[in-house]
Amino acid sequence: MKILAIESSNRPLSVAVLEDQTVLAAVTVTVHQKHAEYLLPEIERLMGMAGMQPSDLDRVVVAAGPGSYTGIRLAVTTAKTLAATLDIDLVAVSSLATLAANVPVEGALVAPMFDARNQNVFAGLYRIKQGQPVSEIADAHTSVADFLSEVKEYGEPIWFLGDAGHFAESIQTTVSAATPQVSPWLNLPQAATIGLLGATMTPVADVDHFVPNYLRLTQAEADWRAKNPGRDAESYVEKI
Amino acid sequence: MSPTKDRNLILAFESSCDETSVAVIEDGHKILSNIVATQIKSHQRFGGVVPEVASRHHIEEVTLCIKDALSEAAVTYADLDAVAVTYGPGLVGALLIGVTAAKTVAFAHDLPLIPVNHMAGHIYAARYVEPIEFPAMALLVSGGHTELVYMPAENEFEIIGETRDDAAGEAYDKVGRVMGVNYPAGKTVDEWAHQGHDSFKFPRAMEKDDNFDFSFSGLKSAFINTTHHADQIGETLNKQDLSASFQQAVVDVLAEKTQRALSDYPVKQLILAGGVAANLGLRERLEQDLQHNPTTHLVKAPLNLCGDNAAMIGAFAYVAYKHGVFADATLNADPSLEFDWLANSVK
Ligand SMILES: [Zn+2]
Repeated sequence: MKILAIESSNRPLSVAVLEDQTVLAAVTVTVHQKHAEYLLPEIERLMGMAGMQPSDLDRVVVAAGPGSYTGIRLAVTTAKTLAATLDIDLVAVSSLATLAANVPVEGALVAPMFDARNQNVFAGLYRIKQGQPVSEIADAHTSVADFLSEVKEYGEPIWFLGDAGHFAESIQTTVSAATPQVSPWLNLPQAATIGLLGATMTPVADVDHFVPNYLRLTQAEADWRAKNPGRDAESYVEKI
Repeated sequence: MSPTKDRNLILAFESSCDETSVAVIEDGHKILSNIVATQIKSHQRFGGVVPEVASRHHIEEVTLCIKDALSEAAVTYADLDAVAVTYGPGLVGALLIGVTAAKTVAFAHDLPLIPVNHMAGHIYAARYVEPIEFPAMALLVSGGHTELVYMPAENEFEIIGETRDDAAGEAYDKVGRVMGVNYPAGKTVDEWAHQGHDSFKFPRAMEKDDNFDFSFSGLKSAFINTTHHADQIGETLNKQDLSASFQQAVVDVLAEKTQRALSDYPVKQLILAGGVAANLGLRERLEQDLQHNPTTHLVKAPLNLCGDNAAMIGAFAYVAYKHGVFADATLNADPSLEFDWLANSVK
């Protein structure tokens, strides 16, 4: 099975090309700012190195959020368009689980966090079981304080990843159990990792209706729903 | 193009604002399909386009539009010669969905990618009426733009005048809001204008200035002051007359500047394009003005192609294709993309 994996949820951009459980080419870059200009050229370059044509692909694996709205839309638009236009599988992985999968310690608790500003985070808690991250606390948009008090209840050492460094003080004062020292490398998403995970996952059933996992309504939408309860199921886009 | 193939087919994308659209265009002038998924109902909830909401709708619709466009045109990827996409101007997040999808399709099927300026697309909606003859002039009026574009030859666009403040369509939405009309207000104001009279005599900004620029902020302020004053003294103004007065002022300024541009730049065609080109008051006025012009012929973009759509993008993409204008996989959205100013124009 030939797999393309892409991740652009935050500042890092990561692309990998795999054949079954073999990583053929992988790159993770943190210096690019304009993901829209670099994603497709990186895909072309890596597939070229792997001697692969687009028509050779069997599956696209994408980190589908949470993260920067523009970042996750770029990866998901690329992935869903490729899957739809080539009629191949699309597999979606949580962008937070992607980070959690960096921890190779069986049984470990991992808390990947993305800074969502104003002392808020996109975060979740995962336990590594048979080498794979399994969700303990679902990915959510939450305050740092709420998230930390929730994970503290486990009373176990926790690997804090991603933007956890932005909240080092809160983590130290809230969570008493020892937190393992983390190499900066583990804070970077690796597309190769989701490529490996995604090889055996169930593909998205409806590629055309697949959207990123924003975990947050836009402010306009939230305000409108508060004023118009029960009307959010209506369709607001129409073909003319 | 294979030697046996006698037609050029372009798959065109448009997503610069609140419409997701994909079209299949043959030889730049025949619409095989033109799928448009509009979000107007969604943004009406907020009284105007919310960019993040627009981006979220585009990603919901984009691959469905591709599929519908191909199946309605009864073609496959193997039949296509190129993929084209609007890369600006527009909302950056919205543009990015179309740009990303188009780049991905081009990559997946090894097709050339044509970058299209949205405003060139609007002008080329007129191509579905008749071939464009050069030199030509376009009066482009939409929610985001009001400009006079001189086209000395095919694939050459030069701005000779533009709005210094609000775009005409923006002014329509603002006065519409004052009168309680939801966005987009253009159609209702146009209808009311036809039922009323120009009784308020609002100012015609810069009508006599020696340039081809437009301004609508003074008109907008005069309109708002008039209605506020009436509110304060408890008087109810006739919406039809307000609309007629506003529209007459807009149309007078647009028509006057256009006439002056035409006398400085003799052209074979005057093209009326952009979302506000659907305004019947404006269409009627330009028809009258050009009725007895022996040299310049008026071409109005078809009513159903005045709003944003991918068919117009495909029409111009065919011109770009012939001129060998292609982009590579690094193509990015350019939200403030614009034509160059004419080198010797007064600016
Ligand atoms: Zn437009």
